[in-house]
Amino acid sequence: MAALPSRPLTRRTALTIVLLVAVRIVVAAQSAAVGASRVISLIPATTEMLFAMGAGNKLVAAGSYDHYPPEVERLPRVGALLDPNIERILTLKPDLVVVYGTQTELKNRLDRANIPYYTYVHKGLPDIGETIRSLGARVGVAPQANALAGSIESGVARIRNNVARLPRPKTLLVFGRERGSLRNIDASGGVGFLHDMLEAAGGTDVLTDVGRQSLMMTTEMVLARAPEVILELRYGPPAPGDDEDLRQWNTLAAVPAVKSKRIYQLRGEQFVVPGPRVVQAVEQMARTLHPEAFK
Amino acid sequence: MRGRSDVRGRLLGTIAAFGALTLVCCLVAPIVGSTRISLARVFSRTIPYADNVDAQVFFIARLPRVIAAVIVGSGLALSGVVFQALLRNPLASPDTLGVAAGATLGATIAITMHADFSLFGVSVIPVASFAGSLGALVIVYLLSLARRRGTSSTVLLLAGIAISALLSAIGRFVQYLAEFTDTARTMQWIMGSLDVGNYAPILAALVPLGLAAAGFATLPRVLDLISMGTESAEARGVDVVRAERIALFSASMSTGAAVSLGGPVLFVGIIVPHIVRLMVGADHRLVLPASALFGASFLVVCDLIARTILAPVELPVGIVTAVLGGPFFLWLLFRRVR
Repeated sequence: MAALPSRPLTRRTALTIVLLVAVRIVVAAQSAAVGASRVISLIPATTEMLFAMGAGNKLVAAGSYDHYPPEVERLPRVGALLDPNIERILTLKPDLVVVYGTQTELKNRLDRANIPYYTYVHKGLPDIGETIRSLGARVGVAPQANALAGSIESGVARIRNNVARLPRPKTLLVFGRERGSLRNIDASGGVGFLHDMLEAAGGTDVLTDVGRQSLMMTTEMVLARAPEVILELRYGPPAPGDDEDLRQWNTLAAVPAVKSKRIYQLRGEQFVVPGPRVVQAVEQMARTLHPEAFK
Repeated sequence: MRGRSDVRGRLLGTIAAFGALTLVCCLVAPIVGSTRISLARVFSRTIPYADNVDAQVFFIARLPRVIAAVIVGSGLALSGVVFQALLRNPLASPDTLGVAAGATLGATIAITMHADFSLFGVSVIPVASFAGSLGALVIVYLLSLARRRGTSSTVLLLAGIAISALLSAIGRFVQYLAEFTDTARTMQWIMGSLDVGNYAPILAALVPLGLAAAGFATLPRVLDLISMGTESAEARGVDVVRAERIALFSASMSTGAAVSLGGPVLFVGIIVPHIVRLMVGADHRLVLPASALFGASFLVVCDLIARTILAPVELPVGIVTAVLGGPFFLWLLFRRVR
């Protein structure tokens, strides 16, 4: 096979290429400065962040599980973590899609369609501010995002200081279990958002040595870890059997939290959505653990 | 006469051997776990119960799950023996006739609908799964009756597979519409757990188990004859239709009770009867009691592994039984093919 004759670039061709690249860079820089204007967020936490930083008007669709703030209800839904509807996403012509880190297939498809995306992953409490700052820069509201992140961080720091000198009760943070029994107890492990919130609120996580975000606990583990306080997180509206359900813990009479009747239910979506309402969630926890610090 | 006394001798020997194994497992299992406890403290009369952590670990955390393992293990193993004899198929198990799919559907609906009432101290999820498993078997049984007087093993098997697929599809549809956290909770239930939390679900399961035991007690001789073929059984004076009804009713009750207590624990119902037959032969007078005892020991040991091997993280017991049962199942399959 004959090789193609190589020809040196003429000065004119080289100049054209340089010009094209320069134009591309300028356009990219300009669009970065203006930020995305048609955003789709598939995750409740990032949807809340976008509204809180004043970019709610840029959202053209949201995930199926996004219900806060109330304005989100007017947006069309395009699936969520497991069932993103790529057809609807493409139809809405977004210029930024906020996806979860594990949505590999969705990211591949967005790449093929040349649609930029922002990858989000739930991590710890400090990452909320970081996410707000970087997401704000991507949608062109960096000053508002920085201010929001700053107010969240100072809010958490204020609560942390409030309880800093108080004794830290050994606390078990439960975020799910089979109602009417002590089966399938889901508890926060020694890393992640829930663990960080508990530590900031002045509690010591009884599972702090477990290097996982969550753990399914047995009654044996509850007895062995002997928590002084049990906090149960609930998300839905109050149900008639709630008090009776909380009394299930009384079976474990040797647990200090049962003896001292320090078992509490905390209710609200803010406990499971690592977003702007985190200060409210940490304060509720801190007020429960240390009511004396908020008198 | 000599034959009968031979069988009686073998029966006593079998029950003594398997009973001793079950007893050892049941005595050791509550003592071993992720937390070290002292038996002296457990039974100490000087420490008030409310302050005695060791006693509470023993009586609240471990003993109920050992008892649950005994009930679930023996219930599934007995059902497996009966289904394999009735369907004359060594690969039959409580799962084959749609029981696991029915139970899973019942539990999925209860979890998704956030049904939060309890009946006699038992949460609604085991009750719903029990209802689901019985519902599935009733549908399969009625379908098999539609073809002729009495059940046809082939129709029963095929109807079971079809209903199982249908119920699984409905279950997946419900899960698809459910909230994410409910789907996760359903998955936890499907993987099986014997951490029953208290004695109420165990006491509730004893009612259907008692009914099942009464049915199983009438079956050993009849199952021997039916597993040779219904025609020859009828020729020897067996009322096959009645026997099949008793067998299906007992197996349904025992499977439903077991699944409602521990979730659809995989492979116990299929592997235990085969292991027992390898040890004691095919005589159902020996296979039934031996399977009950060996199934109980097997699950107690699997649960012990599940709660200690990765402590403090606990494995779902269904994973342990499947990891042990899967290779055995494949071996059985290839042995049959060869």
